Amino acid sequence: MRNCLPPVAQYRARLQWGRRLAWGGPALRRLATSLLIALAATTAWAKDAPLAADDPALEKHVMAIATELRCLVCQNQTIADSHADLAVDLRQQIRELLKKGSTDQQVLSYMTDRYGDFVLYRPPVKSTTWFLWFGPGVLLVAGLAGLILILRRRARMGDDRFEPDEPEAAEEQQEVRA
Amino acid sequence: MKSLRFIVPLAVFGLLVFFLFRGLSLDPKEVPSPLINKPAPQFALTRLDDASATVKRDDLLGKVWMLNVWASWCVACREEHPLLVEFSKNKALPIIGLNYKDQRPDGMGWLQQFGNPYDLSIFDQNGRVGIDFGVYGVPETFIIDKQGVIRMKHIGPLTPDVIANKIQPLLKELNA
Repeated sequence: MRNCLPPVAQYRARLQWGRRLAWGGPALRRLATSLLIALAATTAWAKDAPLAADDPALEKHVMAIATELRCLVCQNQTIADSHADLAVDLRQQIRELLKKGSTDQQVLSYMTDRYGDFVLYRPPVKSTTWFLWFGPGVLLVAGLAGLILILRRRARMGDDRFEPDEPEAAEEQQEVRA
Repeated sequence: MKSLRFIVPLAVFGLLVFFLFRGLSLDPKEVPSPLINKPAPQFALTRLDDASATVKRDDLLGKVWMLNVWASWCVACREEHPLLVEFSKNKALPIIGLNYKDQRPDGMGWLQQFGNPYDLSIFDQNGRVGIDFGVYGVPETFIIDKQGVIRMKHIGPLTPDVIANKIQPLLKELNA
């Protein structure tokens, strides 16, 4: 259902190749697997390459917008990074919208109209996202204020309120007192 | 002042527990759809079983209906399918299938093999209508009211719980 890799059949074929190649020990097998994964990644990119050749400027623009958008199938990837079918379709959609002369803002609202603000990697600042945007800052300031308050209070305290750091120091203090 | 020393950390701890506990019951895969309570997007697609017959969104106005997005390549759809076939026997509402990014023979074969709960299926080969409906994890199910407004969306396979506790009450409300 949630296919984050290139089409399963291709992938399986590659795995079988991997097994055939992996006659060596586990280390060699691991190397073979990582090479194959790298290969899988490059070939998946290669599929998009002809389009990029058409109009590099447009393609760059598409990718710039796609990096702003979350792929809902593989949620920690952008639409630019993801190989999920949906991401490929959405890149195509961005391409077509841009060709029709849509602005970046129109493309982004096309996406949020359908998938919600969650698709934006940089969520808009509005009342429901205030906590998200300003929460960390507020926490940081509160923490720093607390720290400063405590440090100031401690600075005003006399030495005798603190336990000595080392045994020798304790002895010294006792000697002084004596 | 002395009691503050205990109350503040306790309050912070309580807040933390609240958020973490809330997080346990949230599913990040369930993204709230902005389409709820909005008119369903317009579409005009051919039928899966008849490439010459077109079905439009407005053909379905006046009825409460279900749109179920499925595909022959979708494993989770197979999981949901027996339940949907069972549910369709009640004839509670028209169930329209949106055959998403599939091939006609594959889709038809799948229905033949596993049973056909749909009053009809429409064929969205390039997934464009799917995108308009904000589909990202097949199967997805929408309930659309008489005015053509999307009232509910469920992402992932339907469960008996969803049908009994969400869909049935909603149908009662919409058909009242």
